[in-house]
Amino acid sequence: MSVVVEGRNLIRDYHIAGSLMRPAKTVHAVKGISFAVERGKTLAIVGESGSGKSTLARIVALIDQATGGELLIEGKPVDIGKTRPTREMRSKVQIVFQNPYGSLNPRQKIGDVLMEPLFLNTDTPAPERRDRAREMLVKVGLPAEHFNRYPHMFSGGQRQRIAIARALMLNPTLLVLDEPVSALDLSVQAQVLNLLADLQEEFNLAYVFISHDLSVVRYIADDVLVMNQGEAVEQGSREAVFADPQHPYTRELFAATPVTDLDAIRARVARRQAMRAAAGG
Amino acid sequence: MALLTIRNLTVRFGTSTGSFTAVDGIDVHVDKGEVLAIVGESGSGKSVSMLAAMGLLPDTATVTADEMTFDGRDLLSMTPRQRRQIIGREITMIFQEPIASLNPSFTAGYQIEEVLRLNAGLSRKAARARAIDLFEQVGLPDPEGKLKSYPHQMSGGQSQRVMIAMAIATNPRLLIADEPTTALDVTIQKQILDLLMELQQETGMALILITHDMGVVAETADRVQVQYKGKKMEEADVLSLFENPQNPYTRALLSALPENATGDRLSTVASFLEHEAQP
Ligand SMILES: Nc1ncnc2c1ncn2[C@@H]1O[C@H](COP(=O)(O)OP(=O)(O)OP(=O)(O)O)[C@@H](O)[C@H]1O
Ligand SMILES: Nc1ncnc2c1ncn2[C@@H]1O[C@H](COP(=O)(O)OP(=O)(O)OP(=O)(O)O)[C@@H](O)[C@H]1O
Ligand SMILES: [Mg+2]
Ligand SMILES: [Mg+2]
Repeated sequence: MSVVVEGRNLIRDYHIAGSLMRPAKTVHAVKGISFAVERGKTLAIVGESGSGKSTLARIVALIDQATGGELLIEGKPVDIGKTRPTREMRSKVQIVFQNPYGSLNPRQKIGDVLMEPLFLNTDTPAPERRDRAREMLVKVGLPAEHFNRYPHMFSGGQRQRIAIARALMLNPTLLVLDEPVSALDLSVQAQVLNLLADLQEEFNLAYVFISHDLSVVRYIADDVLVMNQGEAVEQGSREAVFADPQHPYTRELFAATPVTDLDAIRARVARRQAMRAAAGG
Repeated sequence: MALLTIRNLTVRFGTSTGSFTAVDGIDVHVDKGEVLAIVGESGSGKSVSMLAAMGLLPDTATVTADEMTFDGRDLLSMTPRQRRQIIGREITMIFQEPIASLNPSFTAGYQIEEVLRLNAGLSRKAARARAIDLFEQVGLPDPEGKLKSYPHQMSGGQSQRVMIAMAIATNPRLLIADEPTTALDVTIQKQILDLLMELQQETGMALILITHDMGVVAETADRVQVQYKGKKMEEADVLSLFENPQNPYTRALLSALPENATGDRLSTVASFLEHEAQP
């Protein structure tokens, strides 16, 4: 079993400068989190909005520096504050951001978006770059003809798939996905989740998968880490967490998940009709 | 009592490779106090049809419709000035991709107070107080502190809640919410949906909810409209839709729910439709 990424007691504080009106303050976004992900496995991170998931994701993806603790990639400690990650290291770890539109340059055609990582990080010749980008577009369910379109010409879900395609261009060993399917309709969601499962099988990829959707987590995760206010309040195998959630926040998550149960819909519709009748007099 | 009526809406985009029909003859209507959910395939024209109603599409879009009225007023023949009196006040929208629709150079407080002063006519002081109140209602922690935060200093779900607060700030008569809770965990999603339903019941606000979450549909909608490739496939009251979906695409959507996964791969619409087509 080889561990691809390991976090040891990771900490991230944000210091917000003060002003005349307001004293400086520190936000403790991540307060000492430890985890390990093996090759070919998926760690899902769930948790309340603002609990530090994206912050942790950026640290794991080597774009933000932890304030404390240690990050190891394939057993080697990495500190981007001391040494810039090498091209090879950069290719190994890729991230899909929570906000796909913000992470796409509006003036860059989609084809260029996909070819750019190859251009920057590898010596792949131009014709091959083009072919691989086209193949990848098709893999994420978009027609190859969209190669020359700009980001604003796509729907929300289509842009999300472009962001996933870009992250996959360098054949990473670790992919950090920050809410990758939450903007997608069910059928595209299924398509993307199946694609991720296929790629994981084919390339033995490790995923750190952030999601607030428990049904998705149950489908994709091997291990689950539940965050609340910067801390890991629950951590374990998917089976254990789903069978017997320990922390009140995890239980609350289960309770608040909407259901498509027919009796529940019937009851709700009846309640609304009664309320309308009462209001209408 | 139709509040918004759209008949035979078509939206075409001119692109380098010719014209592309994103919305193909769609009807939408919503009554006062009603919750209409619009669901459908990614790229099926859900956002574009609502942006067309708001008059917010770029110049490359050609919009035609047989009718587009809000509360009896004709949106199509209105001057841009008249339209601005309605859009942003009586009709507001929570945009998909909230983080991209906040201005990165201004604090959240500045942006919502601007809306409250310009579109709700509040004084600077009243706007500040109301902003704090709204931030509280959408469950933002430390509402006063958040007024002074820039978008990049907030998490995804926090930005989304700022957008929601801005959209309900003017007590609109119609709120169009495009995937409003995608960045929120279920506990906060529940809080937001409860808040919207409460507003809706108190003020008679109509709500058009674009969502891919069938659970959210089941728990909020009165009526559901299913779109596929720019066309309306099916329209039904919420119970009938779940109980007895008529259209193969709707059945496919329901079977793509992760909780309905069979084996180790999820059913996709394409595979489902293929399967259904076989005798
Ligand atoms: N650049 C920053 N400066 C100051 N505070 C920040 C910054 N980035 C994030 N924060 C704060 O850190 C906390 C954690 O944010 P983070 O984005 O990691 O949350 P999250 O778990 O990803 O939430 P969500 O589910 O809403 O996306 C939040 O309270 C946020 O306001
Ligand atoms: N400015 C534009 N120019 C050209 N095509 C566009 C433009 N905006 C949208 N489209 C296309 O119109 C179609 C409908 O887009 P729309 O954003 O309405 O989809 P949607 O149903 O909201 O999907 P999603 O669930 O992914 O958000 C898509 O195929 C998209 O590529
Ligand atoms: Mg986040
Ligand atoms: Mg959309």
